[in-house]
Amino acid sequence: MTAANILFDIMSFIALASALYVAASKNLVRSIFMFFVTLFALAGLYVLALADFVAVTQIVVYVGGILVLILFAFMLSGRETLDVLQQPERKVWKVSNLPALLIVGLLFVVLINVILKTDADHLGWVSDSIKSKNYIANSGDMTANIGINLMTRYLLPFEVISILLMMALVGAAHLSRKEQAV
Amino acid sequence: MISLTHYLVVSGILFCIGLYVVLVKRNAIQILIGIEMMLNTAILNLVAFGRYDKLNNGGQMFALFAIVLAAATTAVALAIILNVYRRYKTIDPDKVDQLKD
Repeated sequence: MTAANILFDIMSFIALASALYVAASKNLVRSIFMFFVTLFALAGLYVLALADFVAVTQIVVYVGGILVLILFAFMLSGRETLDVLQQPERKVWKVSNLPALLIVGLLFVVLINVILKTDADHLGWVSDSIKSKNYIANSGDMTANIGINLMTRYLLPFEVISILLMMALVGAAHLSRKEQAV
Repeated sequence: MISLTHYLVVSGILFCIGLYVVLVKRNAIQILIGIEMMLNTAILNLVAFGRYDKLNNGGQMFALFAIVLAAATTAVALAIILNVYRRYKTIDPDKVDQLKD
Protein backbone atom coordinates (compact mmCIF):
# COMPACT_ATOMS: atom_id res chain seq x y z
CA MET A 1 0.00 0.00 0.00
CA THR A 2 1.90 3.01 -1.21
CA ALA A 3 1.01 6.65 -0.76
CA ALA A 4 -0.41 6.75 -4.27
CA ASN A 5 -2.83 3.96 -3.47
CA ILE A 6 -4.01 5.67 -0.30
CA LEU A 7 -4.47 8.94 -2.16
CA PHE A 8 -6.35 7.09 -4.88
CA ASP A 9 -8.69 5.57 -2.31
CA ILE A 10 -9.32 8.93 -0.66
CA MET A 11 -9.94 10.69 -3.98
CA SER A 12 -12.24 8.03 -5.31
CA PHE A 13 -14.16 7.97 -2.03
CA ILE A 14 -14.65 11.74 -2.19
CA ALA A 15 -15.73 11.53 -5.83
CA LEU A 16 -18.22 8.73 -5.24
CA ALA A 17 -19.64 10.20 -2.03
CA SER A 18 -20.20 13.62 -3.54
CA ALA A 19 -21.70 12.04 -6.66
CA LEU A 20 -24.10 10.11 -4.45
CA TYR A 21 -24.99 13.34 -2.71
CA VAL A 22 -25.69 14.93 -6.10
CA ALA A 23 -27.97 12.01 -6.89
CA ALA A 24 -29.81 12.09 -3.57
CA SER A 25 -30.03 15.82 -2.88
CA LYS A 26 -33.29 17.63 -3.32
CA ASN A 27 -31.74 21.06 -3.42
CA LEU A 28 -30.43 22.02 -6.85
CA VAL A 29 -27.91 24.58 -5.60
CA ARG A 30 -26.42 22.12 -3.15
CA SER A 31 -26.14 19.43 -5.75
CA ILE A 32 -24.36 21.82 -8.12
CA PHE A 33 -21.85 22.75 -5.44
CA MET A 34 -21.30 19.09 -4.59
CA PHE A 35 -20.69 18.48 -8.27
CA PHE A 36 -17.77 20.94 -7.92
CA VAL A 37 -16.32 18.56 -5.34
CA THR A 38 -16.80 15.58 -7.64
CA LEU A 39 -14.98 17.36 -10.44
CA PHE A 40 -12.09 18.35 -8.17
CA ALA A 41 -11.74 14.78 -6.92
CA LEU A 42 -11.76 13.53 -10.51
CA ALA A 43 -9.00 16.02 -11.32
CA GLY A 44 -7.05 14.50 -8.45
CA LEU A 45 -7.58 11.06 -9.95
CA TYR A 46 -6.21 12.35 -13.27
CA VAL A 47 -3.12 13.57 -11.48
CA LEU A 48 -2.67 10.12 -9.95
CA ALA A 49 -2.91 8.67 -13.47
CA LEU A 50 0.01 10.98 -14.35
CA ALA A 51 -2.03 13.21 -16.61
CA ASP A 52 -1.47 16.54 -14.93
CA PHE A 53 -2.22 18.64 -18.00
CA VAL A 54 -5.61 17.00 -18.38
CA ALA A 55 -6.22 17.59 -14.69
CA VAL A 56 -5.49 21.30 -14.97
CA THR A 57 -7.67 21.52 -18.07
CA GLN A 58 -10.43 19.76 -16.17
CA ILE A 59 -10.27 22.33 -13.40
CA VAL A 60 -10.08 25.30 -15.75
CA VAL A 61 -12.78 24.17 -18.18
CA TYR A 62 -15.19 22.28 -15.96
CA VAL A 63 -14.96 24.06 -12.64
CA GLY A 64 -14.12 27.46 -14.04
CA GLY A 65 -16.31 27.31 -17.09
CA ILE A 66 -19.12 24.83 -17.12
CA LEU A 67 -20.22 24.99 -13.50
CA VAL A 68 -20.05 28.76 -13.35
CA LEU A 69 -22.13 28.76 -16.54
CA ILE A 70 -24.70 26.47 -14.94
CA LEU A 71 -24.83 28.63 -11.82
CA PHE A 72 -25.25 31.79 -13.88
CA ALA A 73 -27.86 30.18 -16.08
CA PHE A 74 -30.35 29.71 -13.32
CA MET A 75 -29.33 32.44 -10.91
CA LEU A 76 -29.70 35.07 -13.61
CA SER A 77 -32.98 33.76 -14.89
CA GLY A 78 -35.13 35.19 -12.17
CA ARG A 79 -36.91 34.23 -9.03
CA GLU A 80 -39.56 32.09 -10.71
CA THR A 81 -36.99 29.60 -11.98
CA LEU A 82 -35.62 29.18 -8.51
CA ASP A 83 -39.09 28.62 -7.13
CA VAL A 84 -39.77 26.03 -9.79
CA LEU A 85 -36.52 24.33 -8.93
CA GLN A 86 -37.16 24.20 -5.22
CA GLN A 87 -40.23 22.04 -5.62
CA PRO A 88 -40.04 18.88 -3.55
CA GLU A 89 -38.54 16.07 -5.55
CA ARG A 90 -39.35 12.43 -5.49
CA LYS A 91 -37.71 10.53 -2.68
CA VAL A 92 -35.00 7.99 -3.43
CA TRP A 93 -37.00 4.98 -2.35
CA LYS A 94 -40.30 5.89 -3.95
CA VAL A 95 -42.01 3.37 -6.21
CA SER A 96 -41.62 5.54 -9.28
CA ASN A 97 -37.86 5.41 -8.83
CA LEU A 98 -37.73 1.63 -8.82
CA PRO A 99 -37.35 1.19 -12.60
CA ALA A 100 -34.41 3.58 -12.61
CA LEU A 101 -32.84 1.81 -9.63
CA LEU A 102 -33.36 -1.53 -11.35
CA ILE A 103 -31.77 -0.40 -14.60
CA VAL A 104 -28.86 1.21 -12.80
CA GLY A 105 -28.32 -1.82 -10.58
CA LEU A 106 -28.34 -4.24 -13.49
CA LEU A 107 -25.99 -2.03 -15.49
CA PHE A 108 -23.71 -1.86 -12.46
CA VAL A 109 -23.57 -5.65 -12.15
CA VAL A 110 -22.87 -6.02 -15.86
CA LEU A 111 -20.17 -3.34 -15.83
CA ILE A 112 -18.38 -4.78 -12.82
CA ASN A 113 -18.50 -8.26 -14.30
CA VAL A 114 -17.10 -7.08 -17.61
CA ILE A 115 -14.38 -5.06 -15.89
CA LEU A 116 -13.30 -7.97 -13.71
CA LYS A 117 -13.34 -10.41 -16.62
CA THR A 118 -11.40 -8.08 -18.90
CA ASP A 119 -8.42 -7.96 -16.56
CA ALA A 120 -7.26 -4.69 -18.08
CA ASP A 121 -3.79 -4.81 -16.56
CA HIS A 122 -2.81 -7.79 -18.68
CA LEU A 123 -4.25 -6.73 -22.01
CA GLY A 124 -2.01 -7.40 -24.98
CA TRP A 125 -1.16 -3.85 -25.88
CA VAL A 126 -0.73 -2.81 -22.25
CA SER A 127 1.86 -5.52 -21.62
CA ASP A 128 3.53 -4.63 -24.92
CA SER A 129 3.80 -1.03 -23.89
CA ILE A 130 5.22 -2.01 -20.51
CA LYS A 131 7.74 -4.25 -22.24
CA SER A 132 8.83 -1.55 -24.66
CA LYS A 133 8.92 1.10 -21.90
CA ASN A 134 6.20 3.08 -23.64
CA TYR A 135 4.33 3.97 -20.47
CA ILE A 136 4.42 7.30 -18.72
CA ALA A 137 6.73 7.05 -15.74
CA ASN A 138 6.64 9.28 -12.71
CA SER A 139 9.43 11.57 -13.85
CA GLY A 140 7.82 14.89 -14.65
CA ASP A 141 7.91 16.45 -18.13
CA MET A 142 4.63 15.04 -19.42
CA THR A 143 3.26 18.28 -20.81
CA ALA A 144 5.90 19.01 -23.43
CA ASN A 145 5.06 15.85 -25.32
CA ILE A 146 1.38 16.80 -25.36
CA GLY A 147 2.22 20.15 -26.94
CA ILE A 148 4.39 18.54 -29.61
CA ASN A 149 1.73 15.94 -30.40
CA LEU A 150 -0.99 18.57 -30.52
CA MET A 151 0.86 20.49 -33.21
CA THR A 152 1.93 17.48 -35.28
CA ARG A 153 -0.02 14.25 -35.03
CA TYR A 154 -3.31 15.69 -33.79
CA LEU A 155 -3.25 18.96 -35.70
CA LEU A 156 -6.35 18.24 -37.80
CA PRO A 157 -8.61 17.23 -34.87
CA PHE A 158 -7.31 20.23 -32.96
CA GLU A 159 -8.30 22.67 -35.70
CA VAL A 160 -11.63 20.94 -36.29
CA ILE A 161 -12.50 21.09 -32.61
CA SER A 162 -11.54 24.75 -32.36
CA ILE A 163 -13.91 25.58 -35.22
CA LEU A 164 -16.62 23.44 -33.62
CA LEU A 165 -16.15 25.19 -30.28
CA MET A 166 -16.46 28.58 -31.95
CA MET A 167 -19.62 27.51 -33.78
CA ALA A 168 -21.15 26.12 -30.60
CA LEU A 169 -20.42 29.29 -28.63
CA VAL A 170 -21.79 31.56 -31.35
CA GLY A 171 -24.86 29.35 -31.54
CA ALA A 172 -25.33 29.40 -27.78
CA ALA A 173 -25.02 33.18 -27.69
CA HIS A 174 -27.56 33.44 -30.49
CA LEU A 175 -29.99 31.03 -28.84
CA SER A 176 -29.92 32.74 -25.47
CA ARG A 177 -30.67 36.23 -26.81
CA LYS A 178 -33.88 37.86 -25.81
CA GLU A 179 -36.41 37.54 -28.60
CA GLN A 180 -36.80 40.72 -30.62
CA ALA A 181 -40.24 42.14 -31.20
CA VAL A 182 -41.01 41.19 -34.79
CA MET B 1 1.38 2.25 -9.53
CA ILE B 2 -2.39 2.04 -9.44
CA SER B 3 -3.86 -0.77 -11.47
CA LEU B 4 -6.19 -0.11 -14.36
CA THR B 5 -8.91 -2.21 -12.77
CA HIS B 6 -9.17 0.28 -9.90
CA TYR B 7 -9.82 3.12 -12.32
CA LEU B 8 -12.31 1.05 -14.29
CA VAL B 9 -14.28 0.13 -11.17
CA VAL B 10 -14.41 3.72 -9.93
CA SER B 11 -15.54 5.01 -13.29
CA GLY B 12 -18.09 2.20 -13.58
CA ILE B 13 -19.69 3.15 -10.26
CA LEU B 14 -19.63 6.83 -11.16
CA PHE B 15 -21.22 6.07 -14.52
CA CYS B 16 -24.06 4.25 -12.79
CA ILE B 17 -24.63 7.20 -10.46
CA GLY B 18 -24.69 9.55 -13.45
CA LEU B 19 -27.20 7.33 -15.22
CA TYR B 20 -29.37 7.31 -12.11
CA VAL B 21 -29.30 11.10 -11.98
CA VAL B 22 -30.31 11.28 -15.65
CA LEU B 23 -33.17 8.83 -15.17
CA VAL B 24 -34.64 10.15 -11.94
CA LYS B 25 -34.20 13.92 -11.78
CA ARG B 26 -37.03 16.05 -12.98
CA ASN B 27 -35.35 19.21 -13.99
CA ALA B 28 -33.20 19.72 -17.01
CA ILE B 29 -30.21 21.25 -15.26
CA GLN B 30 -29.76 18.24 -13.01
CA ILE B 31 -30.07 15.94 -15.99
CA LEU B 32 -27.33 17.98 -17.62
CA ILE B 33 -25.19 17.45 -14.52
CA GLY B 34 -25.78 13.69 -14.79
CA ILE B 35 -24.68 13.73 -18.41
CA GLU B 36 -21.54 15.64 -17.47
CA MET B 37 -20.83 13.03 -14.81
CA MET B 38 -21.10 10.22 -17.34
CA LEU B 39 -18.82 12.12 -19.73
CA ASN B 40 -16.33 12.53 -16.91
CA THR B 41 -16.16 8.81 -16.28
CA ALA B 42 -15.37 8.27 -19.95
CA ILE B 43 -12.61 10.84 -19.66
CA LEU B 44 -11.28 9.08 -16.57
CA ASN B 45 -11.01 5.85 -18.53
CA LEU B 46 -9.27 7.61 -21.42
CA VAL B 47 -6.76 9.13 -19.03
CA ALA B 48 -6.15 5.85 -17.19
CA PHE B 49 -5.47 3.94 -20.39
CA GLY B 50 -3.57 6.85 -21.93
CA ARG B 51 -0.85 6.23 -19.44
CA TYR B 52 0.36 3.31 -21.53
CA ASP B 53 0.82 5.41 -24.64
CA LYS B 54 3.74 7.68 -23.96
CA LEU B 55 4.83 8.45 -27.51
CA ASN B 56 1.51 9.39 -29.08
CA ASN B 57 -0.39 10.45 -25.96
CA GLY B 58 -3.58 9.15 -27.53
CA GLY B 59 -5.63 8.83 -24.38
CA GLN B 60 -4.76 12.21 -22.95
CA MET B 61 -5.31 13.98 -26.25
CA PHE B 62 -8.77 12.55 -26.65
CA ALA B 63 -9.52 13.29 -23.02
CA LEU B 64 -8.75 16.92 -23.81
CA PHE B 65 -10.94 16.82 -26.89
CA ALA B 66 -13.75 15.28 -24.85
CA ILE B 67 -13.48 18.04 -22.25
CA VAL B 68 -13.73 20.70 -24.93
CA LEU B 69 -16.71 18.93 -26.51
CA ALA B 70 -18.39 18.77 -23.11
CA ALA B 71 -17.91 22.52 -22.73
CA ALA B 72 -19.51 23.17 -26.10
CA THR B 73 -22.38 20.80 -25.31
CA THR B 74 -23.09 22.49 -22.01
CA ALA B 75 -23.13 25.97 -23.49
CA VAL B 76 -25.65 24.98 -26.16
CA ALA B 77 -27.73 22.89 -23.75
CA LEU B 78 -28.02 25.74 -21.26
CA ALA B 79 -29.10 28.12 -24.01
CA ILE B 80 -31.77 25.62 -25.04
CA ILE B 81 -32.90 25.20 -21.44
CA LEU B 82 -33.25 28.96 -21.06
CA ASN B 83 -35.37 29.09 -24.21
CA VAL B 84 -37.53 26.21 -23.03
CA TYR B 85 -38.06 27.98 -19.74
CA ARG B 86 -39.06 31.17 -21.51
CA ARG B 87 -41.62 29.34 -23.61
CA TYR B 88 -43.06 26.76 -21.20
CA LYS B 89 -42.31 28.38 -17.83
CA THR B 90 -40.94 25.07 -16.61
CA ILE B 91 -37.81 23.03 -17.14
CA ASP B 92 -39.29 19.69 -16.17
CA PRO B 93 -38.67 17.50 -19.24
CA ASP B 94 -41.83 15.49 -18.48
CA LYS B 95 -43.97 18.57 -19.01
CA VAL B 96 -42.29 19.77 -22.19
CA ASP B 97 -44.26 17.58 -24.53
CA GLN B 98 -45.48 19.55 -27.49
CA LEU B 99 -43.81 20.94 -30.54
CA LYS B 100 -46.31 23.64 -31.33
CA ASP B 101 -46.64 26.83 -29.36
